[in-house]
Formats: sequence, structure tokens, C-alpha cells
Amino acid sequence: MSTTQPTTTIGKAANFAETRVGASVLVREFGRKIFPSHWSFMLGEVALYSFIIVVLSGTFLTFFFQPAMGELHYDGPWLPLRGVEISEAYDSTLAISLEIRGGLFIRQMHHWGALLFVAALSVHMLRVFFTGAFRRPRELNWVVGVLLVIMGMAAGFTGYSLPDDLLSGNGLRIIDGILKSLPLVGTYISFFLFGGEFPGIDIVARLYTLHIMIVPALLIALIGIHLMFVVVHKHTQYPGAGNTEKNVVGEPVLPTFAAKGGGFFFLIFGLLSLISALFTINPIWNYGPYDPSPVSAGTQPDWYIGWADGFLRIVPGWFEFYIFGWPISFNINSAVIVMGGVFAVMFIYPFFEAWLQKDHREHHILDRPRNNPTRTAIGVAGIIFYCNMWAAASGDIIAVFFQMSLNDMIYIFRFLFFFGPIIGYIITKRMCLALQRKDREIALHGRETAHIIRLPHGEFLERHEALPPHKLWKITAFESPAYVPAEPNAEGKITGMEKLRARLSRFFFEDRVAPVTKQELEASHHDHDAVEGSNNKELGH
Amino acid sequence: MTSKEHSGGGSQLEELNGFTNPGLPEHKPRLADSDPRAEKVAERQVAAWFILSMIGTIWFIVAYFLFTPGESMQSIRLHNMFVGLGAAVAMFSIGFGAVLWAKNLMSDHEGIDERHDIGGSEEDQAIALEILHQAKEESGIARRPLLRNTLIAALAIAPLPAVLVFRDLGPLPGDKMFNTLWQKGTRLIRDVGGIPSVDSERPIKADEVTIGSAYHVLPSGIGDEEASEHPLNEKAKAAVLLMRIDPKELKEDPDRKDWSHDGIVAYSKICTHVGCPVALYEHQTHHLLCPCHQSTFDVTEHCKVIFGPAKRPLPQLPITVDSEGYLVAQSDFPEPVGPTFWEINHP
Repeated sequence: MSTTQPTTTIGKAANFAETRVGASVLVREFGRKIFPSHWSFMLGEVALYSFIIVVLSGTFLTFFFQPAMGELHYDGPWLPLRGVEISEAYDSTLAISLEIRGGLFIRQMHHWGALLFVAALSVHMLRVFFTGAFRRPRELNWVVGVLLVIMGMAAGFTGYSLPDDLLSGNGLRIIDGILKSLPLVGTYISFFLFGGEFPGIDIVARLYTLHIMIVPALLIALIGIHLMFVVVHKHTQYPGAGNTEKNVVGEPVLPTFAAKGGGFFFLIFGLLSLISALFTINPIWNYGPYDPSPVSAGTQPDWYIGWADGFLRIVPGWFEFYIFGWPISFNINSAVIVMGGVFAVMFIYPFFEAWLQKDHREHHILDRPRNNPTRTAIGVAGIIFYCNMWAAASGDIIAVFFQMSLNDMIYIFRFLFFFGPIIGYIITKRMCLALQRKDREIALHGRETAHIIRLPHGEFLERHEALPPHKLWKITAFESPAYVPAEPNAEGKITGMEKLRARLSRFFFEDRVAPVTKQELEASHHDHDAVEGSNNKELGH
Repeated sequence: MTSKEHSGGGSQLEELNGFTNPGLPEHKPRLADSDPRAEKVAERQVAAWFILSMIGTIWFIVAYFLFTPGESMQSIRLHNMFVGLGAAVAMFSIGFGAVLWAKNLMSDHEGIDERHDIGGSEEDQAIALEILHQAKEESGIARRPLLRNTLIAALAIAPLPAVLVFRDLGPLPGDKMFNTLWQKGTRLIRDVGGIPSVDSERPIKADEVTIGSAYHVLPSGIGDEEASEHPLNEKAKAAVLLMRIDPKELKEDPDRKDWSHDGIVAYSKICTHVGCPVALYEHQTHHLLCPCHQSTFDVTEHCKVIFGPAKRPLPQLPITVDSEGYLVAQSDFPEPVGPTFWEINHP
């Protein structure tokens, strides 16, 4: 660009960028980078775009919100609260909602956007899990993803507590109760967080610092690392004709992927605008200011906190016990243990699976979920485990809706806590194996055409049609992981760890349906020719 | 499968289970690729979406001024809906236009990138090692363990002050968890929401409390700025539910028989699970239900837990009547109120 002087406006702008920041290197590197195209690859995009919208709308809100708990008398337009003593935080949130033009719209977009952000993160994570996209070289990016889910929940909770209305204060009261239940340090942590006794006058300002600075900074840093890893690893792709472990097939960033991705950002923006225009969320003016005494029945936390709240509801009280008078409030802090346990399992899963299979190769072609039945079944068991706790957070509302006893609802949730995941595991595993058998059937005998033919001697047959090669490849070209028995190490010893690995490996891979091989396919054609004569000749010819 | 390669580098997936990767299926052209009329239609469609977006933006601006929020909730809702719909149309339409442009008019030929090794070339790795080695030599970090170890020790303790300065986030609990505003002779006043000022207190006479009724109660003087520095903090500990039950239905512990007055009993309203107000009183069964996590307490049996995640019964406030017939406390709660905490039995 430096050899000839540019004459057009764009040329001049490009020359400016080039000579100041070396833009051509970036354009060359990323401009035609290939991204595969599939609806399930857009879930992460939904999360990213809703995050951007949440940052934009949240920035607007900071210009009006007062993170302070000094008391004043409300004198705004909302009659039911006029003259009531409320905090500055609640007062300014009322002003944003009721007086500032567009304020309610942007506040609702911020709240709906946050809900969508965590929802999209979660579904994206499920997609990555079920397709095995966490395998080498992407294990660390999976870990970053789990951290993003945790930080997303933290961002949501710290924000939910800011308006200092009745509901959010009650949420904080529960957090206070959970903190106090922690052995040894609980009371101190609670006093340090709240600046003394609950609720105190410090908590909103402290949560505000976390909500608008520390948590978003961590989120942005983690998102940056996450995307950088995507560039380094290049995107995964589904099995398909032309897709190999050594290539990426798809659309170039400029122009197609950028246009679709950019357009998709506006679609998400439009969707959140539409929801915020039509559906009220968290009408804090109806709840009143925080007061430790009243509470409205049927209150619900934001959805992503539901599993923790639901777990608190289903633990029986006798989980609390005393050792020499010192309380172990296992009925409460088991919620902390369960949540920590779920995240711990998620952190280690990629490394666990590699160890189990002794498979440390790179994987860029995704698994179809049916082709790894045990992993898929574990995923479904996890979903049921999570959703049961989540539903329990609405147990009272479900009981009212179905006119059932509240206590019976809790018993059902307690039962499902243990047996729901097991039932889900068994059913899913059988379904995956059945789907694999169906794939085998289709690969070996072709697809059903619904053409019924009658043979000269009166027998009826349905004509089957062989699959075209690219479809055949899609359902046959996969590695089916198999049981790896215990192997001695370099010193010729089989360690206890190796025995454990072998036992787990057997549990994972004992039941399997092997993929069709070319030899099997050819053998089946010969059989058909021999048995059924010329009617099925089209198979494989 | 037992003999899997343990090294890096995936299988090519060009040959698997005996099948050969047939390669990308043949590209199918779209209508707009070959038919100039279809192309023109697609182009106009995209432009129409972009024009619709502009209409949405203009509508947002018009609605912002036209439907100003007033005093009524209705006007606020209308304002929210109309500006919101403007934004939705403006954003959706850009999105639809851009995606349609990409799908119908931009090239849909599939591109192929080759993957490369994630690790650097052997040469890169050698150079990197050499640089690290050079850094080690030039700094002398290996040769001078005294410097290295004192530096590590200094760095290890340097963050301590950063932790220490957070000490003053809050005072130590002291005896705060064991005391509330209730004391001998404190009158029971009605909780009407918020904090009552000292002048507007409404104490409760024992004979006003009819059988079957329940009162939300606070200690007299909670609004007095000298007595309670942070009234909400006090309320979070002192809130009480007062109920009158037919004395025949009460199964009272003989030791606590004089804690009630003629069937009138007072219990802490703060749940012993995680501290929600136990605000739902069931008149027929005399059960108290916490709306947060459904802990259920039986008022007739000193609020013992009969269901749910709470462990301890709600603490009872011993009450009596004073010379004027008003209900008063005999003392503070005999045990701490609210959620269980570590020091609960060791004041």
C-alpha cells in the first residue's frame, strides 16, 4: 500500500489504518477464515450477543441508578408508595422504571438479556458436551466455559439484589442464612459482607462494585480468552462428506459469516426489544421497599438460581446436627456442596473421558450424540438432576396449579433427586443404542421407499434404496469407543488406578453397537442378491 | 481399539471402517444465482427490510415524545410498549435484511481451510527454549538461590496487607446475634409495614386479640432513633407473630406454661432455616408455613418443625399483660432467632 498513493476515500482510509496499525495482517489472517455453518453453532453466538446487549443496557442504567441505602421519603408519581420511607437505591430504580422515558424498556431489556445470556450459555454448554467438542485440544476452553457460567450466575445474582425491593432483599436474606450456616467462619463472613448485622446499609454499594466492575471485567476477560481459543483451534464440524480431521468446511468470515453473524446480533437485539416491550419483568414498584417482616407467597428467584433454591427446599431438616453444641447445618450447606460438586464434575469431565479411553488424540469432527451412548446418557442424567432441583424451586406454585399437596410435591422431588437421573440414564442409553442400530439397518439395507412390490409367487416386499455415498458416509464414518482393558505400565505392573480405569471403561463402553464396515455392507449385498434375486439390485450398485 | 495412538494428531477421517470419504457433495446453485429476475426480487426484499428498520427507528423517536409516561401505570405501559416495538422493528429488520442478503445474494460456495498443528514448528520451539535458557543465564536465577528464595518469600507474604485491609468491612458479631430489642416490659405493637415512629405506635391489648386471629408484631420503641441505630436490622431480629388459640388446643410444656397469656402465644417470625419471614398462618391447623422453602411449624406444640428443611423450632417470646391490659414481653427470646449459626450454643 505504500508504493502507490491511494486516490479513493476507502483507499485513503485503508492506507491510514495500514500505516498506523498494520491492518492488512489482520485482514489477511481473519478475512477469509472459515466457519462451519450449523444452527447449533449459533447458541454461543446468542450468549455473546445477549452479553453485549446487557453491557450496553446496563451502562445506560448506571447513569441513573444510585447504589446507596440512605432513607428518603418517596415523592414520585407512583401513588401507592408516596410518603413511604425507602432507600435511595429503590427510589432511583423506581425513577428509572416509572419516570425516565425509555427507562423501563432498557431496564427490562437488561433483565431479560441477562436471563437469555445465562440460558444461552447453558444450552451452548450442553451442545458442546453432547457432541464431544470438549475433547483435545479444547479442554481448556471448556474449563473457561464453565467459569463463564459461574460468572454469569454471579453477575445475575449481584444485579438482582441491587434495587433493594422486597424480593431482592429476601433473596439476600437467604444468602445471609446460607453464609451463617457455614461452620466456623459463617457468622464472620456474614458480618463482613453486610458491614455488620443483616441487612445493614452497605450491601447495595458493595454488590454494585461487584456487579458493574469486578464480575463484568472477569466476564469480558474470559470471553476474550474463549474466542481467542476458538481462533487458535479453528471451529469443530459435524461428520459429513468432505469434512475431515484436517480441514474446516464452511463460510468465509468476509463477507458471508460476518453478514450472518452481524445480522444475527440484530435479530437477538430485536427479540430482546420485543420481549421487553411486551412482557413485564420484575415489577419492583409492586413489591415495595425491602422490609424483613413481610414476604409474598409464591416468590421465585431468577431461573438460574432456581436449582440452588429448589435444593434448599427438598433437603429435610434433620440434616442439621450438633457436635458438642456446635451446629453442622448440612440441611443448608449441602446446597453449596451440590453446586460445587456439579461444577467440579464439569471442570474435570474432559480430562476424565480422555483418561478413561486412553484417547489423547485431537478431535475436530464432532460426535453425533447417539454414537457415544454413555456420555449422552450421563448428560441427560445431569439435565434431569438439575431440572428436578430447578422445578422444586417452583414446587409451591406447581402444587397450587395442580391442586396437589405441597408436601407430596416435595416427596416427589426427593424421589426424583435420586431416581430421576438413573431412570433418565437408562432410557437415554437404550435410545442411543437403538438409534445406532437403526443407523446400521439403514446403512446395510438402505432406506425404506414405501414402494411395495409383489413377487411372482405372491410375496410382498418393500423396496429399499441404497443411500447416496455422502449420506452413507455420515452414518458410518465414526469411531465407536470400545472397552480398553487394564494394561500393565512400563514396569509390567497393573496399578490400582489402572484397574479402576478399566472398570469405569467397561461401564462406559461395554454396551456398544459397532459401526458398519465396508466389508459388512458388501457381505449384506451378496446375501440380498442370493436370497432375494434381482429385486434389490439397486442396493450398492 | 486397544491399540489407540497415544500421540497427538487425529485420524484423517478420510478412510474409516473401510469407507472412503466421498468429498463435498456437488454444489447446488440457488435460483438467484442464475435467474436475474429472482436476484432482483431478493435484492428488493433486503432493501425493504432495511427501509422497515428506518421506519422502526423513526417510530421509536416519535413514540418517545408522543407517549410520555405520566402518573398512571397505563401511560407508563403504553410508553414502554410503543418505544419498545419501535426498537424491535428497527433491530429485527436490520437482522432479517443482513441474513437474507447473506443467504440469497452472497456466494454460498463452501470454503475449506486446512488445519495446522497447534504447537509451533520444531524451529520455533527450539528458539523459544533458547530464549528461556538465555533469560535464565542472564538473570542468574538458577545460580543465585539466595536472591530467588528471598524474592519468592517476599512475594508470598506481600498480599497479606491486601487481605488485611478488608478487615474493617464489618464489625465482629459480638453478642449481637443473641440480643434483640425485646426485654422485660416491652410492649407488643402492631407491625403495619416499614418502621413506625415512636408517636404512631399501636400497642395491643390482650382482650382485643380474638381466638383465631394473628397479629404481626414489633417491639415498642423500634422507631426510636436512640434505641435502634438501624431499625431494619432490629426488625430483622425482633419481628414476631402473635396468635390466639383456644387454650384447650395448646399442648404446652409445663415449664413454659406462663409464657403465654390465655391462649395468646408469640413466636419469632424469622425462619430458623435461612431467615425468611414465616408469614403464612393456617387458622384451622395452627400451622405456620414459610413461603420461601416451605418449612412448617406447629403453633400448638411450641412451633416445632413438622415439615421442611428447618431444624429448630421458632423461638417463643414469653409474654404477659401489664397493669393497663397491654401485652408486654417478659424478657428477650430465651434463644437466638433466625438461621442457625456456628456460635449459636456458645454465647
